[in-house]
Amino acid sequence: MADLRTKIHNVDYKNPVLTASGTFGYGVEFDDFFDVSLLGGIIVKGTTIHPRQGNAYPRMAETAAGMLNTVGLQNKGAKYFKSDIYPNLLKYDTNILVNVSGSTVAEYVECAEIINELDHIAGIELNISCPNVKEGGMAFGTSCPSAAAVVRAVRNSYKKPIMVKLSPNVTDITEIAIAVESAGADSVSLINTLLGMAINAETRKPVLSTVTGGLSGPAVKPIALRMVWQVARAVRIPVIGMGGIMNATDAIEFFLAGATAIQVGTANFIDPMASIKIIDGIDEYLNRHKINSISEIIGCLQM
Amino acid sequence: MRKTVQNLKVIANLRLNDDHYILQLQAPNQLQAIDPGQFANLMVDHSPNVFLRRPFSIYSVDYENNTISIFIKVIGEGTRSLARLTANSSLSVIFPLGNSFTIPNSNEKVLLVGGGSGVASLMNLSQVLGRNKNEVVILSGARSSSDLVELDHFSRYGKLYTTTEDGSHGVKGYVTDHPVIKDELDSFSRIYTCGPDPMMKAVAAKAKLKSIFCEVSLENTMACGFGVCLCCVTETTQGHKCVCTDGPVFNTNQLKWQI
Repeated sequence: MADLRTKIHNVDYKNPVLTASGTFGYGVEFDDFFDVSLLGGIIVKGTTIHPRQGNAYPRMAETAAGMLNTVGLQNKGAKYFKSDIYPNLLKYDTNILVNVSGSTVAEYVECAEIINELDHIAGIELNISCPNVKEGGMAFGTSCPSAAAVVRAVRNSYKKPIMVKLSPNVTDITEIAIAVESAGADSVSLINTLLGMAINAETRKPVLSTVTGGLSGPAVKPIALRMVWQVARAVRIPVIGMGGIMNATDAIEFFLAGATAIQVGTANFIDPMASIKIIDGIDEYLNRHKINSISEIIGCLQM
Repeated sequence: MRKTVQNLKVIANLRLNDDHYILQLQAPNQLQAIDPGQFANLMVDHSPNVFLRRPFSIYSVDYENNTISIFIKVIGEGTRSLARLTANSSLSVIFPLGNSFTIPNSNEKVLLVGGGSGVASLMNLSQVLGRNKNEVVILSGARSSSDLVELDHFSRYGKLYTTTEDGSHGVKGYVTDHPVIKDELDSFSRIYTCGPDPMMKAVAAKAKLKSIFCEVSLENTMACGFGVCLCCVTETTQGHKCVCTDGPVFNTNQLKWQI
C-alpha cells in the first residue's frame, strides 16, 4: 500500500480523493453504497445564506461524453444546514468542506460566518464560478477585482482554510488564480463547469429551462487538465483538480499536471462507487510504478 | 431498503414486437423486498452518446429465482442498445430506487390507468394488489394495438380494458373516453396512473373532481437516480422535489399541476 496522504493548507487528508460539490449531496446519500469515511474529503452541496428553490425543470441535458446542468444552487440555506444536516455529518471521519455561494459579497460573508461555527467542518470551498445563477456566482469569478474582493471579505471573517473554486469561463484562468491567492485563498479548485447549451432540433427549443447550463464529464477533461497545469505553474498555493475524472488514470493525469488533490464529480452519478475505485486505482498505479507516496508524482509531468 | 449497485446477469431479453422488449435480469444474491413503483437505473454501455444511466420502473420481481424484469420500449440510442442485449451479458444496475405506491386496504376497488409504456410501472403494483385481494380494474391506453403488449399478463391480476387512438383495439379514443372513467369512476376508492403527462393530468383532473385518492408515477430526466444531482425536480406544494427520491410516486394533491 502506497502512502496516499496529502496536505492542503495544513489540513491532513488521508488520501487525495475528494468528492465535488453538487455531485455527492451531503454524503449521506452514499451511505448505502460505501463507507464515506474512506474518502479524502467531501465537499457538500452549494450552500447560500438564504434558501434557494433553484431553476425550473428541465435542468439537465445529456451531451456527448458529458452532461449540462442548470440546478441553480437549490439548497435550504445555511441555517438549515447547521441545524438539520450538519449533525448527520459528525459520524464521518473525513474532511468535510462546505461549498459557499452568494449573490452579494455580504451574503458570502454571512454564510461563511455560520459555517465558521461548525467544528467538524474543515474548511469552505468558495464558489465564485456557478454558471447557473442570475446574480453572483460566476459573475464574481470572471474578473480579478471582484474575485479578490469576495475572497478578501470572507478571509476577514472565516478562520479556517478557504479553497476557491474557479470558473473556466474566462480568458486567462491564471490571472484569476493569482488574484485570489493574493487576496488570501489557501488553495484553488478547478474547473467548475463550462458554460454550454443544447438544442432540440425537432422542437426547435432549448433543452434547458435556462437555455444555457454547465458542461461536465469526460468532454471537459482536456480543458480541465490544461487549466490545472497552467494554474499550478502560476500560484504557490495547492491546486485541487477536477473536470471529467472518471477513473484512476484520469486522476493520475491531474496529479502529474500539478494537482495536490482531485475531486470526483459527474462520475458519482454514473457509478456511485467511482471515488472508492479511484482511490484503489491510484494505489495500484503507485505500486505498479514502485512509487512510495502520492507526493512523488504531483507536478512531475516529464517534458 | 438499501440501494445497491450490482452487476446483474441477463437471462433473457424477450422480444414482444419491434419496439417492445422485456429484459430479465438475475441477481447474484437473494433479492431484498422491492416495492411496487420503485425503479432501477441501468448502465447501458460506455458509448459517448449514452453517457448516463437510464431509469426504468421494475416491471416484475421473482423472489424465488432472484430475478427482476424491466420493460423496454425502444425510443432512442439507449433503449436500442438495451434491446440488443443477449443472454449471459452483464448489466450494472442501481436498485431499488425511489418510493412506492401506497397499498390500500384489502377489498377496496382500485383503478389502474396506464398510457403507452407507462403501464409498465403498474405491473408490479397490479400483482401486489391482486395478492392483497383488491378488486383491480386496469385501463390501458395506447396509440395503436401494436403499443398494447403483455395484455394477458395484466388480465391475470384484474379486469382489463383498453383504448387506442386509432380504434385498432378496445374503445377508440383516449383513456378518459372510456366508460370506466366516464361513467363508473365513483365506484373506485383509488386511482393509480402512469403515462404521458397530458394523460396523467387528465386522469388526475377526473379524480380531483370526484375527490378520489390518486397517485401518479412520474418520469423526469435524471443524472443519478438517488437524490444528489437535483436535476429531476417537479414542482410540488412544498417546492421542488426530486422525482428520484421523493417520488417517482406522488399523490396528485401534492403536485402543482394545472388541472
